[in-house]
Amino acid sequence: MRLGYILRRFLFLIFVMWTAATVLFLIPRMSRVNPIRERFAALARSTGYSPKDLESIIASYELKFGLDKPLPQQYVEYMGSVLRGDLGVSLMAYPKPVTELIGEALPWTIGLLGVTTVLTFLIGTVIGALAGWPRSPKWVKGMVPPLMILAAIPPYILGLLLVYFIGFRLKLLPMGSAYSAGLTKDWSIPFILDVVTHAILPAMSLILGSVGFWALGMRGMGVTIQGEDYVNFAEHKGLKPGRIFYWYYVRNAILPQVTSLALAFGGIISAGVLVEGLYGFPGIGSTLGAAILANDYFVIYGIGYITVVAVAVSMLMVDLLYPLLDPRIRYGKK
Amino acid sequence: MAIALQSTIGGPSQRTLVMRYLRRNKSLAVGLIIVIFLLVFSIGGSLVMDTGKLAYPLAVAPLQPPGGEYPLGTDKDGRDLLAVMIRGVLLTGAIGVMAGTVGIVVGVVLGFLAGYFGGAFDMVVRWVTEVLLTIPGLILLIIIAGTIVDKNQVSVFTMAAVTSILAWVGPTRVVRAQVLTMKERTFVSIAKLSGMGNMEIIFKELMPNMLPFLVASFVAQVMGAIYASFGLEALGLGPAREPTIGMTIRWAVFHSAMFNQWWWWLLWPVVAMVLIFASLSLINVGLDEVANPRVRRTE
Repeated sequence: MRLGYILRRFLFLIFVMWTAATVLFLIPRMSRVNPIRERFAALARSTGYSPKDLESIIASYELKFGLDKPLPQQYVEYMGSVLRGDLGVSLMAYPKPVTELIGEALPWTIGLLGVTTVLTFLIGTVIGALAGWPRSPKWVKGMVPPLMILAAIPPYILGLLLVYFIGFRLKLLPMGSAYSAGLTKDWSIPFILDVVTHAILPAMSLILGSVGFWALGMRGMGVTIQGEDYVNFAEHKGLKPGRIFYWYYVRNAILPQVTSLALAFGGIISAGVLVEGLYGFPGIGSTLGAAILANDYFVIYGIGYITVVAVAVSMLMVDLLYPLLDPRIRYGKK
Repeated sequence: MAIALQSTIGGPSQRTLVMRYLRRNKSLAVGLIIVIFLLVFSIGGSLVMDTGKLAYPLAVAPLQPPGGEYPLGTDKDGRDLLAVMIRGVLLTGAIGVMAGTVGIVVGVVLGFLAGYFGGAFDMVVRWVTEVLLTIPGLILLIIIAGTIVDKNQVSVFTMAAVTSILAWVGPTRVVRAQVLTMKERTFVSIAKLSGMGNMEIIFKELMPNMLPFLVASFVAQVMGAIYASFGLEALGLGPAREPTIGMTIRWAVFHSAMFNQWWWWLLWPVVAMVLIFASLSLINVGLDEVANPRVRRTE
């Protein structure tokens, strides 16, 4: 039964979301750091202003955020607000709700990471497939080891090198932000072109940093498949190499790649967060960086929760698409 | 490595065999050479130089370009970058090795218990690792490091502890999967029939067969821990007082070393980071070849 499988996957998704929410509830309560006190301490440090009745102000904020109630009651109320999609208010952009802050940043991140992930997966898989194919020219096969070493280097470091050489030295591309100052945000051609030129460097750091991973996986799988009987049979039958390449070789080798894709989302988000911070790209990575500096715990938790949900949903989508790629898999049927 | 090599009586010595194998397994050889170079550089360097003083602020004149008295230059806060590199490679490596060790020990225990005995415990382990796979590791560590730990009191040891929190997930999965495939094999049944106890089977029969996997998993975790600690450091959650490689990059970026033409401040730690990651990844690919005979090249 396909339906049973889909149901089970959805239950798992809900379980993951519940676990994430619970962990995010427990972590701050395990900490001795009081976010509100931290906030006032930071205020006192930067402006020299320290209210006389600090303790009662903190107490009133705790009342406002419900921190004075017993833990189980706090938990129930917290879960209720998460279910309603309420992640609290930001401390650094008070009184902006966390969801609004994330909502502004999220499209940028989805755009950057979505495009780079698709490109990386396609480029890497094609290079890997060609590198594992015996008839490919030598230079294609020689591409995998350097790409593999690139893949070992954090995209953040590749980003530093790209900023320095391409952005700073050669001045070919803008070094940061997502669009030129002074442009109005709309869907006009100049604005879109401007956004694309700004996105090239961050995208390149992410792509260069992970193409090797996909190439290596595809090549490994491809080499294994070449020894299979059905490939030998196809060759002896006299099928054209092109046909064997696409329908016998790539078609089968790509399946484990798709499985890896589902598992890679967590790493993609982690790398994206760092690269965004480096380039000042206005996505959730930069928001997270600012929130860490400002001790804005509610934004940190909100972003944590959103990324977990995003990864879990992406994994679910890949899982549900998988049977379309592999007709042998009919979930649940024995 | 020695596992993969069967030395025969009267044949070439163990050392020749290892050298011969390394000549064939180039990634392993190159990776090991870089790691040995880094070890000699950092351990030898600490013996020659007083890195305990020179790698910290206000030790030397600030912002000296490379050459003369300071071969690698100095940074804005007056650290000698040669000393910083020597100590940084050591500290960064220490974070990785500590977290990797915790990861592999916990992973082996959990993986064996889950895989060998099965039951409810196995189910719990499987679920927890599956859920943790869904949660982006760096984000979880950011939340933990950003809230539980006091940002100004982070030490190298704290970094190792924080990165250890997730270092066991990978090894647990690898060990569990290996134990599951191995425990049905004939040599385990024979060991059981010959009256060996469970513990004896685990330590005498299963462990030696899994050694290449365990070593590869350890290297992967060391790499993962260094990667994670670098991520935390880049975001300003690292040990602010210690000259790890990641912190050095963080300070260089923080003070816009690049746009101020202080290229040496950023160049050396980037080179060190690239060498660390490239060597570990090469070793990992090489070990994969040892552990997985399917991709092993013939002599």
